Amino acid sequence: MNEPLLKVDNLVQHFKVSRNFTVKAVNGVSFEIFPGETYGLVGESGSGKTTIGRSIIRLYEPTAGEIIFNRDKISGTLTDKVRRMLRKNMQMIFQDPMSSLNPRKKIGDIIGEGLDIHGLYSTRKERNRIIGEMLEKVGLSPAHAERYPHQFSGGQRQRVGIARALVMKPKLIIADECISALDVSIQAQVVNLMKDIQAETGCAYLFIAHDLSMVKYISDRIGVLHLGNLVETGTTQEIFSNPQHPYTQSLLAAVPIPNPRVERHRH
Amino acid sequence: MENILSVQNLDITFRTNAGKVHAIRGVDFDLPAGKTLALVGESGSGKSVTMKAVAGLLDDNATINSGKIFYRGDDKVVDLLTLSKRELRRTINGQHIAMIFQDPMTSLDPTMQIGAQITEAMFLHKKISASEAKSRAIELLKLVGINDAEKRIKNYPHQLSGGQRQRVVIAIALSCEPRILICDEPTTALDVTIQARILDLIQDLQARLGLSVIFITHDLGVVARVADFVKVMYAGKIVEAGTVDEIFFDPRHPYTWGLLSAMPDLETNDDRLYSIPGSPPNLLHEPQGDAFAARNQFAMKIDERVEPPMFQISETHFAATWLLHPDAPKVELPEQLRARLARARKAANLT
Repeated sequence: MNEPLLKVDNLVQHFKVSRNFTVKAVNGVSFEIFPGETYGLVGESGSGKTTIGRSIIRLYEPTAGEIIFNRDKISGTLTDKVRRMLRKNMQMIFQDPMSSLNPRKKIGDIIGEGLDIHGLYSTRKERNRIIGEMLEKVGLSPAHAERYPHQFSGGQRQRVGIARALVMKPKLIIADECISALDVSIQAQVVNLMKDIQAETGCAYLFIAHDLSMVKYISDRIGVLHLGNLVETGTTQEIFSNPQHPYTQSLLAAVPIPNPRVERHRH
Repeated sequence: MENILSVQNLDITFRTNAGKVHAIRGVDFDLPAGKTLALVGESGSGKSVTMKAVAGLLDDNATINSGKIFYRGDDKVVDLLTLSKRELRRTINGQHIAMIFQDPMTSLDPTMQIGAQITEAMFLHKKISASEAKSRAIELLKLVGINDAEKRIKNYPHQLSGGQRQRVVIAIALSCEPRILICDEPTTALDVTIQARILDLIQDLQARLGLSVIFITHDLGVVARVADFVKVMYAGKIVEAGTVDEIFFDPRHPYTWGLLSAMPDLETNDDRLYSIPGSPPNLLHEPQGDAFAARNQFAMKIDERVEPPMFQISETHFAATWLLHPDAPKVELPEQLRARLARARKAANLT
């Protein structure tokens, strides 16, 4: 296969709480993501899946391990050049679309902030054109750029969060539980949108979630996390049809099946 | 079968700064004793409000315009809506109808030991000595599967995990031996493995104590697991009602179709998920005709003008959609849904 877009090697993330207590959130996790694929990361709360996402995008300072992204090392001290590359090419979509959008900023400015910082346009007009196109792409209208986050519904806000990530034309998007705060009917809309965008732009996703049926639906490969360790990884097919690790098996057995007859016979 | 609870023509509005919100627009349902009823729908569809009305927990800005909620107690039937809040609290809440909520952290008092939280309602409703109450609390904690109950009653909520907290909430709800347990998204905040255990617990308690249970949820997997009967709510109305088999294997309302197919099962490998376009209506403005029409790909002209009545499909199965009218054109189910229903029937050995 071709070269991985992201290579995480033995990532360790500890948080020192006090002199004699350290939370060992992630203990030596390694995986790779290839261009254009979707890697699903599943596990219970407290298994470290969100921490891994945040360490990769450098919201945290990894304790140990190496992260290679787009052929550059992005763990350890970042040079200005690498930092700019990282911030442009890796974006994140957060879980709660209300708390991740600045309530005092207009939608247009929220989406345009990255463009402003990286100077990705030459005229004001061009900036507004890019933002307008982006809004249309996620199913909103260019006129929405003048509105504030509170004027939108949850599903629409998550579309704004996606537009903000996409406007930078990133190679990797980290989607941290980006649909779990939404209603079922809206979840399907957002997942369809994410798939369309992937088909169009060829970006890769790190899809972090606890909803296994959705992870199965969207991912090419899956990693199963348990207490900060990657206990099993493989293609979606392998994980779901032939889970090896007892933890993966118990996780799969716990997923409720939307079929009353089958569900009743399982227990 | 005797109905322990019967809600008739419930209609509720909320006064808000923006105007009146017509949250519940005529809801009817019965709960047969000892059975489990699931209310399904998106946020804002009115499922929680309906249940809060039953438990007498509506906020002060709510007005009940019409309706009756009959509860069959030990000897007589009472209309809960005719009781004052005070009477409800003294005679019904806790002892006959108890409710558990989504987030166990916010329904427990962080400054109180869990033992005290469990016994609080007992002291309120029963003549019981402190030592009796304590041993009953320990018994309840054991019943809900908390080890080391004798020590645990001294714990504060923050010392427990999410699953344990929800168990404590269930113990509190059961402390005065209610007949009806209302569960408002009890497992949404929990992991799948913990969710499975809590659902097991609720079902086990139901069998042992003969509880009647109402489940509010949007997770159809949970519904399939626990429910006997299902009511699908949309925009303050019940749009489809039936037994759990009827809803999962033979759904008739386009909204139920959408809900079923929007949630992938483990076999889904379609390129796109079937999704319901748009978002639920704002009930600040009274919907014209069928509230679902704007999102319904099968909507007909009549949907925009006249609200569909409930059409009866079988003795237990009802749906409010004009598609069931004898004059309506026959519609083909969306391909994905047809495949999915076939899969579901096959898995269940139905033909």
